[in-house]
Amino acid sequence: MNAINRNEQNALAHAVLEIDVNNHAGVMSHVVGLFSRRAYNVEGILCLPVGDGRQSRIWLLVNEDLRLAQMMKQVEKLEDVIAIRRHNADHAVFQDLESFFRP
Amino acid sequence: MTETLTGAQITVRLLERQGIRTVAGIPGGAILPIYDALGQSTAIHHVLARHEQGAGFMAQGMARATGLPAVCLASSGPGATNLLTAIADAKLDSIPLVAITGQVPKAMIGTDAFQEVDTYGLSIPITKHNFLVSSAEEVLEVIPRAFRIAASGRPGPVLVDIPKDVQMQAIEISEWPEPGRAEPAPAADSALIEQAAAMINTAERPILYLGGGVIHSGASTAAIELAEKAGLPTVMTLMALGAMPVDHPLALGMLGMHAARYTNLALDECDLLIAVGARFDDRATGKVAAFCPQAKIIHIDIDPAELDKIKSAHIGITADIGEALSQLLPATFQNSRKNWVDRVNALKAEFPFDLHSTDNPRSHFGLIQSVAACLDDDAIIATDVGQHQMWVAQAYPLRRPRQWLTSGGLGTMGFGVPAAIGAALAERERTVVCFTGDGSIMMNIQELVTAAEENVNIKIVLMDNATLGLVHQQQTLFYGERLFASQFRSSPDFVKIAQGFGIAAVDLDASANPCATLMEAISRPGPCLIHASIDAEQKVYPMVPPGAANRDMIGA
Repeated sequence: MNAINRNEQNALAHAVLEIDVNNHAGVMSHVVGLFSRRAYNVEGILCLPVGDGRQSRIWLLVNEDLRLAQMMKQVEKLEDVIAIRRHNADHAVFQDLESFFRP
Repeated sequence: MTETLTGAQITVRLLERQGIRTVAGIPGGAILPIYDALGQSTAIHHVLARHEQGAGFMAQGMARATGLPAVCLASSGPGATNLLTAIADAKLDSIPLVAITGQVPKAMIGTDAFQEVDTYGLSIPITKHNFLVSSAEEVLEVIPRAFRIAASGRPGPVLVDIPKDVQMQAIEISEWPEPGRAEPAPAADSALIEQAAAMINTAERPILYLGGGVIHSGASTAAIELAEKAGLPTVMTLMALGAMPVDHPLALGMLGMHAARYTNLALDECDLLIAVGARFDDRATGKVAAFCPQAKIIHIDIDPAELDKIKSAHIGITADIGEALSQLLPATFQNSRKNWVDRVNALKAEFPFDLHSTDNPRSHFGLIQSVAACLDDDAIIATDVGQHQMWVAQAYPLRRPRQWLTSGGLGTMGFGVPAAIGAALAERERTVVCFTGDGSIMMNIQELVTAAEENVNIKIVLMDNATLGLVHQQQTLFYGERLFASQFRSSPDFVKIAQGFGIAAVDLDASANPCATLMEAISRPGPCLIHASIDAEQKVYPMVPPGAANRDMIGA
């Protein structure tokens, strides 16, 4: 599969979520737990602290699904979530990671 | 002035400052520092439950009766896991609860230490929020925050897990944080309110659909005012019963699986559904695609995630119910809506709810009516879960918000007795009746001795059919009458059991005059178990078969 085809398919099937959270030990469980308990697969996760480290940013690559709007509302309700933004699958954040994920 | 206090003493002081006067729990190794501090408190009364789930439901009973966050305590490991069911129950019914659990010392976390379990991880999906506290300083911030989260917006349970070394850590305190209180919800969008009012004003066959959010918001009076002004026949969910008195001329009672036939038929005809603090639960809607098929929908809820979750609303408004209704009321026209109200009354007359043999106190409905006849609206009515719960929901004349305490979303057998004890502890002046079944009461029967110890004014009406009634009913109706594991081959002597636990008990079966026996048992102060055998063949009717549309009811 060449890169263009792959991106096109991603654009149809995936969405990228950008989530600003308070940085502590439980926050990742809170966020991904919302997906796992609905059998909603998370295809990709990236997370690093932001600024002074009191906050982190979580990037999720997820399947486009009718439930996605509801998922975003549920994420937004979490006490440690400050903001959530939705991007298309062609967002750059996951694009340059391919070399780390060769079989 | 600075004081040196331990994390445990700080926890107790913060609970006192929060206004907490009663807590329920069971001590154990990992929470002993907090219990040691609690023992020194003159402000807080500790109720010693006999199982942590009982403690959780007692706290729920306090919270449901008062609307304020209530507290339960448990130790680490099995203490914490035993609390989980009560916490999950509070989550589904949006009950403000603060659960405090002891944890093994920080250095031992993750080592499979004695009575260590991942309480934080276990409680993530069943709490509104949870904390694992890592220092005594953090206790100062976390406890008020736990109360704020539990009470704000859509209420819910918050768990605070405190390692033993944090409880024992001493720090200097010079200043106390403000107690955590509910934060005001954002105001309803006035443009949307105007659109909603216009929709109500032009509707021909509107129905007001009240959910538990109306109770939580303290908006029952506002809801009744709106119904009366705009001429809105009104249905209630299980959680909203009591919001509008059952005998109000516009009241259509509970909707859904065990509604009166006329209630579901009226919903089938409505052209506008005004959902207020309700979440379109499957027990209320039946087959969603066939629920109110002709209706436009206005949906008002404090939780934005409820809007468009099950049914897309034409107008969705995120707001506190009371605030939204206070905006909506002046914008709606006075309208008796005679044609529609007449039509609904015709449905009522054509498909009346059959409270057969209500005058016979040995029948299920008769017993419920006889209990009601002994009480006024000040009484609190708690239930367990099962056939008895649905019969009480159908037949008890509920007329007051917070009069009705029942496990709705999770449907937890074992809820009734401890929740009734909690309600009685919180509202000492009221009589609390707990309707239960022989299946349910066995799931937390150990709390009868707590009732004796606390001498709470609860009357447990045990409707005994020696079966798991709803299972028996479903197997009879939908599984070819293959009754399996739903009939008890051995039943205890409940009267002796109650007496053995130290509470009074009467058996209506043996009474020549059951109404008089009932009246005497209810008017005598203190805890009492009232045993009454009922017919195991009785069904909860009408019934919407699981998965069917609400219009396709069977029975009665």
